[in-house]
Amino acid sequence: MKKQNEKIFTILALIVLGILVYLAESNLDPYKLRILNLGAIYVTLGVSLNLIYGFTGQFSLGHAGFMAIGAYVTSLLVLPAYYKEMIFILEPLVWPFTVMHTPFIIALLLSGLFAAIAALLIGLPVLRLKGDYLGIATLGFAEIIRIIANNIPQITNGALGIKGIPEFTNLWWTAGVAIVTIYIIKGLIHSSYGRALMAIRENEIAAEVIGVNLTYHKVMSFTISAFFAGVAGGLFACLLTTIDPKAFMFVMTFNILIVVVLGGLGSITGTVLAAFLFNFSLEYLRPIEAGFNIGPIIIPAIPGLRMVSFSALLLIVILYKQNGLMGGIEFSWKGLARFIRKIFPNKKSSEGSSI
Amino acid sequence: MSLHLVLQNLANGLSLGSLYALIAIGYTMVYGILRLINFAHGEIFMLAPYFLFYGVLIFHLPWWTSIIAAIALTAVTGMLSERIAYRPLRDAPRISVLISAIGVSFFLQNLAIVIFTGIPKSVHRPAFFKRLFQFGEIRIQSTLFASVIVSTIFLTLLIYIVYKTKTGLAMRSISTDIETSRLMAVDVDKTISITFAIGSALAAVGGILWGLRFPQLFPLMGMMPGLKAFIAAVVGGIGNIPGAMLGGLLLGMSEILFVAFLPALSGYRDAFIFAILILILLLKPDGILGKNVQEKV
Amino acid sequence: MRKSLFVLTLAILIIAISSVSLAADVVKFGISEPMTGAMAVGGVLCMQGYELAQEQNPTVLGKTVELVLVDNKSDKVESASAVSRLIEKEGVVAVFVGYGSSCAIPGGEVANKAGIPMLSASATNPLVTQGKEYVFRACFIDPFQGEVMARYTFENLGIKKAALLVDIAQDYSVGLANFYKNTFEKLGGEIVSDMKYNTGDQDFSAQLSQIIASGAEALFFPGYFGDVALIAIQGRELGYTGKYLGGDTLHNPVLIELAGEAAEGLIASTFFAEDAPVIPESEKFVKLFKEKYNETPNAVSILTYDSYNLMLDAIERAGSFDPVAIKDALAATKDFPGAGGSITINENHDAVKPAILVKVVNGNFAYETTVNP
Repeated sequence: MKKQNEKIFTILALIVLGILVYLAESNLDPYKLRILNLGAIYVTLGVSLNLIYGFTGQFSLGHAGFMAIGAYVTSLLVLPAYYKEMIFILEPLVWPFTVMHTPFIIALLLSGLFAAIAALLIGLPVLRLKGDYLGIATLGFAEIIRIIANNIPQITNGALGIKGIPEFTNLWWTAGVAIVTIYIIKGLIHSSYGRALMAIRENEIAAEVIGVNLTYHKVMSFTISAFFAGVAGGLFACLLTTIDPKAFMFVMTFNILIVVVLGGLGSITGTVLAAFLFNFSLEYLRPIEAGFNIGPIIIPAIPGLRMVSFSALLLIVILYKQNGLMGGIEFSWKGLARFIRKIFPNKKSSEGSSI
Repeated sequence: MSLHLVLQNLANGLSLGSLYALIAIGYTMVYGILRLINFAHGEIFMLAPYFLFYGVLIFHLPWWTSIIAAIALTAVTGMLSERIAYRPLRDAPRISVLISAIGVSFFLQNLAIVIFTGIPKSVHRPAFFKRLFQFGEIRIQSTLFASVIVSTIFLTLLIYIVYKTKTGLAMRSISTDIETSRLMAVDVDKTISITFAIGSALAAVGGILWGLRFPQLFPLMGMMPGLKAFIAAVVGGIGNIPGAMLGGLLLGMSEILFVAFLPALSGYRDAFIFAILILILLLKPDGILGKNVQEKV
Repeated sequence: MRKSLFVLTLAILIIAISSVSLAADVVKFGISEPMTGAMAVGGVLCMQGYELAQEQNPTVLGKTVELVLVDNKSDKVESASAVSRLIEKEGVVAVFVGYGSSCAIPGGEVANKAGIPMLSASATNPLVTQGKEYVFRACFIDPFQGEVMARYTFENLGIKKAALLVDIAQDYSVGLANFYKNTFEKLGGEIVSDMKYNTGDQDFSAQLSQIIASGAEALFFPGYFGDVALIAIQGRELGYTGKYLGGDTLHNPVLIELAGEAAEGLIASTFFAEDAPVIPESEKFVKLFKEKYNETPNAVSILTYDSYNLMLDAIERAGSFDPVAIKDALAATKDFPGAGGSITINENHDAVKPAILVKVVNGNFAYETTVNP
């Protein structure tokens, strides 16, 4: 398949996706839309975590912290002045947050920017660490961010959280941001820059020997990853319309990590699939614990059963699909064409292959 | 700050730190041999006092029988979790094992919610553990003595096992190089099983003492102590047994002293702990005792 | 052959019609409560009240009420999803998020936006109903509760030095402590120690040593009862001899079970005390509750019991299941004879009710006093 054709296919696919989003927005109820939105936000989160962990090999557990920064920045920038006066009942909001107000898109970009700045400051010292040590240090930073959010009610409203955030987030935004994220990160990976990242992942010393600047590349990758986590945090805030520090516990990072690993490390396609699967399965397992009747047998409601089955499912998948659902394989039009030919071998091509 | 308040806080810190130390030792053993952050360690820790609770209250067993049964059951649970969720992944990428550990942690936590319900249960402590020792104005809980004595016993026992027995030799060789150990006819699976049993038994002892010190059981009770014990293990030099002990004591002490000296910032306590962790990682990435002892288990 | 086909078609038709008519006879009330997670106890207590009320009054406007429960896992995000699931998937006519302000706030956002009336039994944070047309509550709010406790400490107990121990990660705790502090200081009292902890902390020795050294005669700790039980025990172990004071979450038999002797003398503000029934309805409730559950009733169950009945009453007054009509009827509620005291809804959609103070005596909650708004 020619490059030209691939481009056409991609544009066609985007148009189809656009139509699907339009149909979903106009036909689905808010409940289903919320799940789809969450799925799309997880795509952004997962793909950005994949950049730093899957492609650069740096074990970062700080995503929840960057999300928190993004969520608070967006909330404070889009919250109507009326709410800013009303909800800060412990201590009034401090200047300049009281008067700052920007359109949603600017707020999202600033969310990403602030998360990226935080990542830059954190990354410079800690990215010297390796493996699990890096993981635990970044997890520590994420927790520190959350604890600070609890302790500065004059900006974050503390544990009371911010409520009344306008519900700007819809599928156009979440899917749009997800696609932009994929586009940028994919472009990055296929550039010389991306090759350098993968060289670092495979062997740091060898990468350094051939002239890859380790600190620069690691910090850049970390910062870009945090940027998208921040944007996703902003989307998340405007989807839920209410946020507080508890939403950004380290369990949140675990969820994203699960999505990335389930999808297959270093596979963007896998991350996209896993992000939706993760959110769907959590929702569709809900009836399990609600209690139901099988004929005359009454199964009582057992709280907790949903998460038990979810974690069991997770274990089974990880035990049987050790490299994730996609196992590092990426979707491509070429691959799809090959796949279709394999299933529907027409005469010509089967003749061709027999020669 | 008056002298007696300082002394009281030192006692408080020692009391908390000795408990962290016990859990951290188990954590560090598992990490040392498998290089796996066993996120499920906190859940194993939580199960032990529940087993004890059921032994004493539901099956009316005497205390000492229940304690032994609880430790044994917890050790078996730990071994089982390794057998089911970690062993099949021995040749898989390390991150898969980590996710598996998170899965086990979620699973045990929620299973506990299903079986024990989310309602906290009170621990009816034997009279000895309710006793307080008073030195002047300073009050010390009896669990402090118990945990110091128990930690010392286990520390000695473990050092003996690791350095003087054949199993210990196998552990040390696996922690250095798992492939070579296999070639040298070390029974890797069996040794790892034993490590998990010992680590889980230590978590069980820690969990039981924890339950006697803070007499309340709930399914999420292992989450924070588990994380703190891991931090203690890292601070002390992961894979290093005396290091874990030292890390635990330091961590408990710093938590208490931070609040004692900076009461206005008490809300930042955990942030302070993480800051210490990061600082130590940056200054001495192998932990306080990391370099002094070459062999890691 | 043709005949059997006809019979089959007829059978299917009959089943289809009967199931439709069956559905038409049922009206659904959606309930989102914390059945798991940190607040799981509250969820269980809530359900006791709803189920008892539904058993007593199973029909409204000729339709049978069906309770549909979705667990919100004590979690904000889950609570929003749960309420939206109830409204969109189950098609409920009314929503109940009885326990925990942190769950009732996001739940209320969703219900308000969808235009479905929501009634919260015991969420006391002012933000729950603030500015929401469709959201109501059947209890008083935290500023009132904090003020009542501060006044009681200063005026009735004659205590001038109090300490706070606040769960900084919990909106309920932070809010209530703040209102307590404001009133207590306005009255001329002094907060000698203001300490913080995080949900899930189990060691409070450092904070308590500090509080004891500060010479506080009363400790106000509005928090989750599990944490509070541990604080109470450790406080006594460390030699604290002053009073223990708290809010409505502490009025829970599990607290006494967990804290044992350490709970003796603890005073909490609440909605209802079993040994001081307010009206005949209360006695009826206590009797029914004991029959069904073989337990002493608690304040949360009585409020969910009342909130179910209040919703039924509002629907009857509205004369239809139209959400706008129900909302207006709820807003117009005046002197509704609830088991936990008569309920009048004010312009902020909060119930105007007296606060009841209870004290732990010999391992049981005993009525202490009533404070009117």
